[in-house]
Amino acid sequence: MRLTGAGVSPGAGHGPAYILTASVPEPPEDSAHAGDADAEKERALAALRQVADELEARAARLDRPEDPASGGPGREGADILRAQALMATDPGLTVGVEALVDEGVAAPRAVFSAFAKYRDALAGAGGYLAERVADLDDVRDRAIAVLTGHPLPGVPAEPAPPAEPGGAPRPYVLVARDLAPADTALLSRDVVAAFVTEGGGPTSHTAILARAMGVPAVVGCAGATAITPGATVLVDGSSGEVRTDVSAEDLARAASLDQARRAARARAGESRGTRDGHPVPLLANIGGPQDLDAALRNGAEGVGLYRTEFLFLGRRHAPAAEEQERAYRAALVAFPGRPVVVRALDAGADKPLAFLPPPGDEPNPALGERGLRLLRRFGDVLDAQLGALARAAASETAELQVMAPMVATAEEARWFAQACRARGLRRAGVMVEVPAAALRAASLAAEVDFLSIGTNDLAQYAFAADRELGTLGDLQDPWQPALLDLVRLAAAGAAEAARPCGVCGEAAADPALACVLVGLGVTSLSMAAAALPAVRAGLGEHTLEQCREAAEAALAATGPASARAAARACLPALDRLGL
Amino acid sequence: MPERKVTVVADVGLHARPAATFVRAAAKAPMDVWIAKPGRDPVNAKSILQILALDVQQDETVVIKAEGDGADAVLDELANIAGSP
Repeated sequence: MRLTGAGVSPGAGHGPAYILTASVPEPPEDSAHAGDADAEKERALAALRQVADELEARAARLDRPEDPASGGPGREGADILRAQALMATDPGLTVGVEALVDEGVAAPRAVFSAFAKYRDALAGAGGYLAERVADLDDVRDRAIAVLTGHPLPGVPAEPAPPAEPGGAPRPYVLVARDLAPADTALLSRDVVAAFVTEGGGPTSHTAILARAMGVPAVVGCAGATAITPGATVLVDGSSGEVRTDVSAEDLARAASLDQARRAARARAGESRGTRDGHPVPLLANIGGPQDLDAALRNGAEGVGLYRTEFLFLGRRHAPAAEEQERAYRAALVAFPGRPVVVRALDAGADKPLAFLPPPGDEPNPALGERGLRLLRRFGDVLDAQLGALARAAASETAELQVMAPMVATAEEARWFAQACRARGLRRAGVMVEVPAAALRAASLAAEVDFLSIGTNDLAQYAFAADRELGTLGDLQDPWQPALLDLVRLAAAGAAEAARPCGVCGEAAADPALACVLVGLGVTSLSMAAAALPAVRAGLGEHTLEQCREAAEAALAATGPASARAAARACLPALDRLGL
Repeated sequence: MPERKVTVVADVGLHARPAATFVRAAAKAPMDVWIAKPGRDPVNAKSILQILALDVQQDETVVIKAEGDGADAVLDELANIAGSP
């Protein structure tokens, strides 16, 4: 079985699966109490108080960790538990429970229904608040368990016994729909090798605590609780991959990759580039301030692609200037003195924004008014964004660069550069996503300060293959020699105009392809943060000359598979590193 | 009714630790204490659930109100908590 979620705590971990599925059943809807409302109310409130006391007691244990090394997670865990204790005795909740019991509802159901009101409010708010729903459910289930005598689901107290006599105990891979902080807060690395949850996001407790514990974690992993208990599970907390049916070879490979990542992380900040010292800034792709932590942890040397539209998906109106400014400044603050490349709102096609509607019905939105084409139509929205960027940059030392999406001609590049300059933005660039832009890269580059190749869209438009269609995956393969030709043309055109040319598509995340891109003349690489350590390790083990040879070998191939094989043959250290 | 207007400066807004500290302090007050975003209905400052649902972000301003003996001291303490990083 091979599952994917979001890797939120890096590293590789494996062990027997421990599945937490048991949950406290919902009390029947029509359950009524015997008639003594006052006694029933007291019973309900006593249960809530007991839960609050237990949570406080656990928090106090965390405040006095026997192991000083666990101080970090202890403090964060204790905060969560104390907030939960406050939820159990919340005055609004108490009033709700009492009112329901007065109507004749039995205590367990009254507790369930009173929580439901707040649960809906938090879940409906989305984001951080929605992730607090797990905390609330945990408090509710604990109170109901006290009232009904139902046992609470528990986490393992010790690791699995050794696989063979005389072996070492095996920490579990803990799998759950969602983990409650009250459970996870007392876990240690001796018991847990990795976390996998079906729910949760990057700010869920599982993610926070796993990072604090230094244990790999994958959240939002659909289908995880269907894993057979006891089956060996391999978790990659960087890529988000979760696998069962793993061989000894897979485990060795994961360990080697993990080691390469650790070594690369230890060198984070050192801008090494290739083995012979050719500098190649390795940057992170981000969708908002929430991704900065991962970028920094993985040693990003700046931001190569800030996808600003992700801040505003689902909004009816253009976001306020201050809100934009705040979101942009967060990235600039995180990378003082470093490049931060922000892409102007890239709406249309697969990312519609309600406040940037295409002018009419587009039968083929990928070829319609999107990217810069829409921004030219909605000049005020672009101008507001550029103004917010300029204000955010004014007080920061980070080197802000702003680029336009979906640019096809030199005239469009000039228009965008002028819009940026009018707002006092010093560095303007354009993305190369349309084959026309790659073919005439020198003339586009002459109008701006830099180019950045978006390989995903460039492949879609070069091969006339919709990137949303899985059946056309072959044509979307970034190893397609024709795509590599376009990258070479774009990089060469930029060089002719003495401009840098980066790549910010997923192609840069493949350690072998990253070397090939550098060999093709690309000057910086930007990728998902989790991919940075492996790419840095691969690049640092090869010379620029080897990268060029790998690029030539790939260009000489006739298809993606042979291009990959030919390039890898020129990059001998990749196999040694397990990359 | 005495009130304090304060801008929340903590990164996490009035969530997580600041929210818990705020609620614990409010719960000790003998009188009712209310908190509101400008122009919106106030919620019970002793309720962690209502305060979380209020969703106060960094740099947002809130108004805290209470009435009765010692209300000013309570309000000062709460404004101090809400305005701390």
